[in-house]
Amino acid sequence: MSPPFRTASGGRIDRATAVEFIFDGQTLTGHPGDTLASALLAHGRHQVATSITLGRSRGIAAAWAEDPGGLVQVEEPFPEPMLLATTVELFDGLVAHGLPGQGRLADVPDSARYDAVHHHVDVLVVGAGPAGLAAALTAARAGARVALVDEQSEAGGSLLSGTERLDDAPALEWVAAAVAELAGSPEVLHLQRTTAFGSYDDGFVLALERRTDHLGAAAPRHVSRQRVWRIRARSVVVATGAHERPVVFADNDRPGTMLAGAARTFLHRYGVLPGRAAVVFTTNDSAYDTALDLSRAGVHVQAVVDARPEGSPRRREECEAAGIRLLPGAVVTGTQGVERVTHALVAPFADGAVGAGSAIACDLLLVSGGWNPAVHLYSQARGRLRYDEVLGAFLPGERLDGLTVAGSAAGVLDLAGCLADGRRGARAALTALGITPAADDRLPAAPESAVPTAPLVLWRVPDTSGADGSTSFVDLQRDATVADIARAIGAGLRSIEHVKRYTTIGTAHDQGKTSGVLTSGITAELLGIPVQDTGTTTFRPPYTPVAFAALAGRDRGRLFDPERVTALHEWHVAAGAVFEDVGQWKRPRYYPRPGEDMAAAVLRECAAARTGVGILDGSTLGKIDVQGPDAAVLLDRLYTNMMSSLKVGSVRYGVMCGVDGMVIDDGTVLRLAEDRFLVLTTTGGAAKVLDWMEEWVQTEWPDLRVHCTSVTEQWVTLPVVGPRSRDVVGAVFPGVDVSAEAFPFMTWRDTSLEGVPVRLARISFSGELAYEVYVNPWYAVAVWQRLLEAGRPHGITPYGTETMHVLRAEKGYPIIGQDTDGTVTPHDLGMAWAVSKKKPDFIGKRSFARPANADPLRKQLVGLLPVDRETVLPEGSQVVEFLADGELPPPPVPMLGHVTSSYRSAELARPFALALVRGGRERIGETVHVPVDGTLVPAEVTGSVLVDPEGARRDG
Amino acid sequence: MQLIACPWCGPREEVEFHYGGQAHVPYPDSPAELSDEEWALYVFFRDNTKGRFAERWNHTTGCRRWFNAIRDTTTYRFESVYRLDDPKPPVTELARSRRSTAP
Amino acid sequence: MAELLRTHPLEGWTTRFERLPDTVRITVEPYVAMVDVRLAPVGAEASAALGVDLPTTPGTWVPAGAGRAVWLGPDEWLLTSTTEAPEELEARVRAAVAGLGGSATDVSAQRIGLRLTGARVRDVLVKGCSIDLHPRVFGRGSSAQTLLGQAGVVLLALSDAGDDVLVLVRSSFAGYLADWLLDAALEFTPTPDR
Ligand SMILES: [Zn+2]
Repeated sequence: MSPPFRTASGGRIDRATAVEFIFDGQTLTGHPGDTLASALLAHGRHQVATSITLGRSRGIAAAWAEDPGGLVQVEEPFPEPMLLATTVELFDGLVAHGLPGQGRLADVPDSARYDAVHHHVDVLVVGAGPAGLAAALTAARAGARVALVDEQSEAGGSLLSGTERLDDAPALEWVAAAVAELAGSPEVLHLQRTTAFGSYDDGFVLALERRTDHLGAAAPRHVSRQRVWRIRARSVVVATGAHERPVVFADNDRPGTMLAGAARTFLHRYGVLPGRAAVVFTTNDSAYDTALDLSRAGVHVQAVVDARPEGSPRRREECEAAGIRLLPGAVVTGTQGVERVTHALVAPFADGAVGAGSAIACDLLLVSGGWNPAVHLYSQARGRLRYDEVLGAFLPGERLDGLTVAGSAAGVLDLAGCLADGRRGARAALTALGITPAADDRLPAAPESAVPTAPLVLWRVPDTSGADGSTSFVDLQRDATVADIARAIGAGLRSIEHVKRYTTIGTAHDQGKTSGVLTSGITAELLGIPVQDTGTTTFRPPYTPVAFAALAGRDRGRLFDPERVTALHEWHVAAGAVFEDVGQWKRPRYYPRPGEDMAAAVLRECAAARTGVGILDGSTLGKIDVQGPDAAVLLDRLYTNMMSSLKVGSVRYGVMCGVDGMVIDDGTVLRLAEDRFLVLTTTGGAAKVLDWMEEWVQTEWPDLRVHCTSVTEQWVTLPVVGPRSRDVVGAVFPGVDVSAEAFPFMTWRDTSLEGVPVRLARISFSGELAYEVYVNPWYAVAVWQRLLEAGRPHGITPYGTETMHVLRAEKGYPIIGQDTDGTVTPHDLGMAWAVSKKKPDFIGKRSFARPANADPLRKQLVGLLPVDRETVLPEGSQVVEFLADGELPPPPVPMLGHVTSSYRSAELARPFALALVRGGRERIGETVHVPVDGTLVPAEVTGSVLVDPEGARRDG
Repeated sequence: MQLIACPWCGPREEVEFHYGGQAHVPYPDSPAELSDEEWALYVFFRDNTKGRFAERWNHTTGCRRWFNAIRDTTTYRFESVYRLDDPKPPVTELARSRRSTAP
Repeated sequence: MAELLRTHPLEGWTTRFERLPDTVRITVEPYVAMVDVRLAPVGAEASAALGVDLPTTPGTWVPAGAGRAVWLGPDEWLLTSTTEAPEELEARVRAAVAGLGGSATDVSAQRIGLRLTGARVRDVLVKGCSIDLHPRVFGRGSSAQTLLGQAGVVLLALSDAGDDVLVLVRSSFAGYLADWLLDAALEFTPTPDR
């Protein structure tokens, strides 16, 4: 059985197929092609929601995204809040309910897929109504690369809502032919259900395609549900149509009150009668089409209430023939009813004054206050708007390069005009791009339309209800009224932007599609200034709401942020490593044995490296190949110490500063040849240091004959660390004399392993005897295995970054970016020895001579030993000192600095820390205090090197 | 998402580039001879231009080349890009607006 | 060639790549010798020494013996070889350009190649590549250094139809990019494994 308000025939719905859905717990039926709104209306249901602050009943007030009333929550197939019943396409199994203003986010992850696609075109046409189709055809026929996007489920725009004819046939036949022609053009992308929601710089337009929403549970899982199209268009034609504008009157939010054009859409597109007895209230001719069509479909049109003194003389005869009462010079002043309008209050209206009224019974009150061109995308592209006195609307006020507005969006409101304007817009775009329009770009003939009677611009009907505008709703979603605007103005606000923020008008889900221009008009009226001077609030993307899931696209889970891994990653995983994020790198932090926590594992790993042998995957270290006759000159200018004096075969530690003299990176440098160095940087500094080198070479010293190339991933770096490291390395690489005499500390040697080149370097970041093994990552697994095998008799122990940190901190080796913060000089780190006094200049040198850098109270890197030999001071803790009397100074307590690194030491058998402390080196031997969990932990200030300060082990 | 025209690779999305601050601020010939104030001017002070501004960009995810650009800081529009060995173009004529004549 | 076991970053992806349809085939091209060449200006002398005219048009590549020469910058190229060992290629190229003020650096393991073939290749790439890959714009001989997803890549167009593209990606990003490509290809996979 057909629902009571479904017409017997017609509409764009598939009547042969029934779909079942549940709304507010009630099982109902509709058809494919319905929206949730049209299906509800077919069952006679207008009221779907209650308002957010006042709790007033709200119904379906429009037929698409401009609806301010019909907010619903979808529960099945997946919870989604704040959707409009008018834009939810009906499918089998839909479960939804009306909303009291706010929805509910799903509490389970959304398993649907979302993605994004980049697309480049010559011409992007937004809107597949008459103007947009004409524009797309014109551009396609010229051979241009075209995209046509339209937010509806099918092309046609306003033609879907009426009975217009083109070339003496139903206009939709032309639409079908146009769509077919576009489908046959290989360079045309035509997307329906796709909303261009943002227009940005350089022809960049974002559009959301709802690919499978309308399929419900039948949506294929491997296809994205929604897709963000990132369209780069050389030219954009905006043919987005116009939104009908209501007139504000008392109790204008009562369900059953609807825009006149929407009723026509429900009738023709969805085969739904939105009521049995209608009153039509208008200020212009367009609503007459609705009145006449509804009347023909069997709706009793009680009256057409036309605010214009003469009404529409042209349409009077048609109304009389249809038996429709015409009330010119009249307005609707209010409504009656409980959850649905039962009466419209109608009164004479002349010269702005409202006379004595009477009630007309109706279950449908249709309103038209004129049309607002949908200028959103134009305005987002920073196009200025101008107010049109005749239309009572804002129109594009200037031409923009690369963006043309056409059709109703440009204020052209007749069919023939829209077709011609669409073609004009496309031709203008093509010409600007140097593309010749096709000789034959014929458009269909639209019947001659008579000149309509001029509309009356009427924002609101004076409130005669006694409510003083407090039930005259401007923004239904925000429950904001004429009284609220008056209050804003009474509070002294003049700017429309301020009125918006005071009243919250236009800040809801619909972003003021129906309320924005009304607010400008009413504000101007109350201020007694021209509407042009009030202007509009700023149009910002998105045009309609876009789910965060769609914006995130595929950048979720594993693809959220790239994980960089070394060539040994699989080995680390298999070995049960616990990983640490170091930038985008995944590095083993420690390798726990069964039952071990991190502290236990790290103590074991540290002990192995200090007493036996450990091995680390240090491949993430940044590596830069610096090559050319002037390579040494470049490094001398960028490092604080001398690199040109480094001998081939040797290694030197170096510090790099910014022009301000602050340390930006450190590392070791291998001289490979007279004209070639391998520069090692910190893991985090790899890209930064290469960029730094390139910046100086390219912008300041282009005369230097030097080239810098990243080789970070060209070499794995495997430090073999500890007193037994010599045995292990010597066993794996018998071709190298690994003795201290033949291969001293801070030198490197090349060798090979079964023909594969290998480089060994005596570099130590642990203070122990150590050899770093460099090899092409293709052979990383093989070499790592060889080292482990050779180390097995010595108990070789793989260790992670945590142990690496403990070992280096025990030696006082700072980590740039952890123990420094951009305000630390080499001198502050106790590295005056690494600052050349011989070089006439290097980056940062001049800044060292600034008086601030000679201040003895600068923060300096020192060691801290908690006196209780127990507390691991939290990194980041503040350091304070007691007064001579053993008391804390009165608040605010001066801060001396902070703890930068802190660990438990196996070697020292106690916790220790590094800290930046004001005048720190002068304080060595003193006791400072560190607040930890509300108690002050005393700590002795020491030098920063706590293990083997003489370096005997390292050099051994 | 703006496009920036790399002088070599052509127009690319802005995310492929890094900003390098004001252009044509050369490293001083003899830093040691500068007063603290002169040195501080080089290290810390840059113009804060409203309007057309000569600045440096690096096509980091592309060809890694540094280049210069004249950009209008009020509209963000790039007026021109030029290579480091090109002379600085005159920054006098009026900014070319996206707007042309009113209809 | 060496006896030592070789591995590449995408060993673990082989079976998943094999399940892809013919419209999006992904083949890993590991162990290709590559050298980063720096040289300015490039002239006949360099061409003679290297045996290839280094392309001077930005965004292009040319065949070079059993490999390719790819424009990376106004004084920078990537030379690849499938027949030489990395150290051989580096030595040969350095010998050719050193006297001309150029340099050569072995970068064979810096990047790994993923060759994408099939009718859907462009549909996969446009999900994360902002440059115009229309075959008229990005036909055979074109190259680009850009972002694919969140990974820096070098793209080489190997055909005029847009159905054969080599993606060179930094080795440490290879796993990310492989996952990204498999995910992007999912909608073209008849029996999605999820
Ligand atoms: Zn570039």
